[in-house]
Amino acid sequence: MLKINNLHARVEDKEILKGINLTVNAGEVHAIMGPNGSGKSTLAAVIAGKEEFEVTEGEVFLEGENLEDTSPEDRAHKGVFLSFQYPVEIPGVSVTNFMKTAINESRKAKGLEDMPAKDMLKLIREKSELLEIDRKFLSRSLNEGFSGGEKKRNEIFQMAMLEPKLAILDETDSGLDIDALRIVANGVNKLKSKDNAVIVITHYQRLLEYIVPDFVHVLHNGKIVKSGNKDLALELEEKGYDWLKQETVI
Amino acid sequence: MDLKEKLVSSFLAFENSVDVDHPVHDIRSEAIKNFETKGFPTKKEEAWKYTSLNTLQKIDFSIFPKKESMLEYRDVKKYFLHEIDTFKIVFVDGVYSSFLSETTHDGVDVCLMSSALNKPMYKQIIDVYFNKIASKVDSMTSLNTAFSKEGAYIYIPKNKIPKKPIEIVHFSTGNEAALLLQPRNLIIAEENAEMQIIERHQSLTANEVFTNSVTEIFAAKNANVDYYKVQNDLTTASLIDNTYIDQKDGSVVKVHTFSFGGKLTRNNLNFYQNGERIDSTMKGVTIIEEKQHVDHHTLVHHIQPNCESHQDYKGIYGENATGVFNGKIIVDKIAQKTNAFQQNNNILVSDKATINTKPQLEIFADDVKCSHGCTIGQLDEEALFYLQSRGIPKKEARALLMYAFANNVLESVRIPELKVRINKLIANKLGVRLGFDL
Repeated sequence: MLKINNLHARVEDKEILKGINLTVNAGEVHAIMGPNGSGKSTLAAVIAGKEEFEVTEGEVFLEGENLEDTSPEDRAHKGVFLSFQYPVEIPGVSVTNFMKTAINESRKAKGLEDMPAKDMLKLIREKSELLEIDRKFLSRSLNEGFSGGEKKRNEIFQMAMLEPKLAILDETDSGLDIDALRIVANGVNKLKSKDNAVIVITHYQRLLEYIVPDFVHVLHNGKIVKSGNKDLALELEEKGYDWLKQETVI
Repeated sequence: MDLKEKLVSSFLAFENSVDVDHPVHDIRSEAIKNFETKGFPTKKEEAWKYTSLNTLQKIDFSIFPKKESMLEYRDVKKYFLHEIDTFKIVFVDGVYSSFLSETTHDGVDVCLMSSALNKPMYKQIIDVYFNKIASKVDSMTSLNTAFSKEGAYIYIPKNKIPKKPIEIVHFSTGNEAALLLQPRNLIIAEENAEMQIIERHQSLTANEVFTNSVTEIFAAKNANVDYYKVQNDLTTASLIDNTYIDQKDGSVVKVHTFSFGGKLTRNNLNFYQNGERIDSTMKGVTIIEEKQHVDHHTLVHHIQPNCESHQDYKGIYGENATGVFNGKIIVDKIAQKTNAFQQNNNILVSDKATINTKPQLEIFADDVKCSHGCTIGQLDEEALFYLQSRGIPKKEARALLMYAFANNVLESVRIPELKVRINKLIANKLGVRLGFDL
C-alpha cells in the first residue's frame, strides 16, 4: 500500500525528516509515536502532499506509484486521507455541501458523473449514524464553532464518506473525552478492511487500546528509532521516551 | 472646455427644462454656486486622497441625452430580480421608461422624482424632506442637487408595507459616446413603515458612463428600511453614490453594497442618528480585478444616546485592482451608551492589488462601546491544504475560501432570491462552478 524510502524533508532551512523508512501493507494498522517535535505531523503532512515541506531525498510510493510532484488533491483522489490535528473552519459552507463537493471532485477526477442526490443522502445518513452524528450538525458551517471533539468526529465522518485506501490520523485522540474517543475509534474500526490501511499518529497509548495496531514505530529526531508490536506502546507509556533517546545516542 | 465649465454653463440650458418658480429651484441655484466655487474634489483633499476623478474629467460627457432610447424587456430581464414580482422604477439613459417600470400609488407611492417635484399634491412633502439631509457642502452632492430633476420617489405612509420589493434600475444604452447621469432619489418611510429596495446601475455597451447619484432616505420612528446596492457594471462605467440617511427613534436601516465591477466606484454612505434606540447597519462585499477601483467612505454620526451601528465590509482584490475603506464614526457628547462596531477585512489575491483602509473615530462621550478592526491578508495556506487534502482542486479550494470569507456579509440579506443571486454573482466572479448552489 505505502512504501517510504529514506525520506528526507525540510521546511525552509530546517531539516525535519532525516531518512524515514516505512512499509504499510493493506489490512494493517500502524501506530507512530514519539515525543513532541520528533516529526510525526510533518511525516503525515508530507504523505498528504503539503507543499510547504520540501522533500530533499527519498520517495513515497502509494500502491507502487511514486507520489513525487503529485498535488494534495490528486493524492486524495488516489486514496490518501489525512485527519487533521487542527481542522480548519470554513464559514458559510455546510458539512453536507463540503462533502458533496469533495466526493464529486473525486468522481470527476476519475471520469465519473456527479453522485445522484439520493445516493448522496443515503451515504450521508449511513455514515453519520456510524459516527453518531446528529443530522442538524451536518447543516452547520464546517468546523465553525465546533468543539474539539466535534471537529475530530467530523474528520472521521469525512474519512467514512471518502473511503480512503490509506488513512492517516494525526493526533485524532487529542481533545477527546473518553466517550468521544470510543465513538471515533469504533468508527475507524468499522471502516477498517483487508483492502485499506491506517496510520495512527499519537502521543499516548490511550487511543491504541481501542484501535489496536499491528505495528508500533517510534519517531525521534526525524527518524524511526524503534519498531515493534503493540507491546512497544505499553512500554513507552510506562517508561516515557527518555530511555529511547539515550539508546540512540549509544 | 473642461467638464466643470461645461456643467456650469449647461445649468442655464437646464433651467429651461424645469419650473424655476418652484422653491426647489432656489436650492438648485445655491448648489450650482457651491459646485462652481469648489469644483471636482482633488487628491489634495483627505477624503479623496486615494480616488482621482482626473481621468473622468477629461472625457467629453453629454449632460443631456439627445434622444430617447427604447429597450425590450426580454433583452434586459436578467438585470432585474425577475424570479420574484417587484415594483420597478426604470430609467434608460436617465429618462424614465414607463414601459419597463411598474409603479404604484395604491396606499404607497412608488413613482418618479419628476412627478413629486411637479405635482402640487407632493409639494408639502418635498418642502419637508427634499435636500434636508443631503450635504450642502460636498461638491459632488451639490452638482447632483443643481441638476436634480429625475430619479425615484418613494413614500411609504405610517404602518404601511409595500406588497413587494422595489427595484430602481438605471440602464445606459451607449447611444451617447459618453454620458453623465445624475439621478436623484427621495425615499421616505413614515412611522412603522417598512420597505426593501434594490438599486442597480447597468451599462449595456462599452461607451463611457459616469453616474453621480444622490439618495436621501428618511426613516421615521420604528421604520425599517433594507437597501441593497448591486454594483456589477462594465469597466467603462463609473459611479459616485452619495447616500444620506436620517433615522428617528427605534428605526432600523440596513444598507448592503455589493461592488463586483465598474471602472471607478465611490460610495459615500452617511448615517445620521437623530433619535434613540436606532440601529444602522452597513455591509459590503467588494470583489474586483483588472484596474478597477472601489472606494467605500462611510460615516455614522451618533447624535443621540442608546443607539447602535454595525459595519462589516469584506474585500477581495485581484490583478491591479485598488480598494479604499474609510469608516468614520462620530459619537457626540450626549450620545452615551452608543455601541459602534466596525470591521473591514481584505484579501489581496495579487501582488499588484492594493487596499487602503482607515478607521476614523471621533468619540466625545465617555460611556460607549466602540470597536474597529481591519485586516489585510492572503488566503490561509493551511485552510487551502485542508480543502485540497479532501480532493478539492486548488482553484476551487481558493474560490471556496474566498466565498467563505465574504459569505457572512450575506446572512443579513432578507430577500432569499436576491441572496441566491448574489451568491451566484460571487461564484461567477471567482470563476468556479462548485458542486452545489452557493
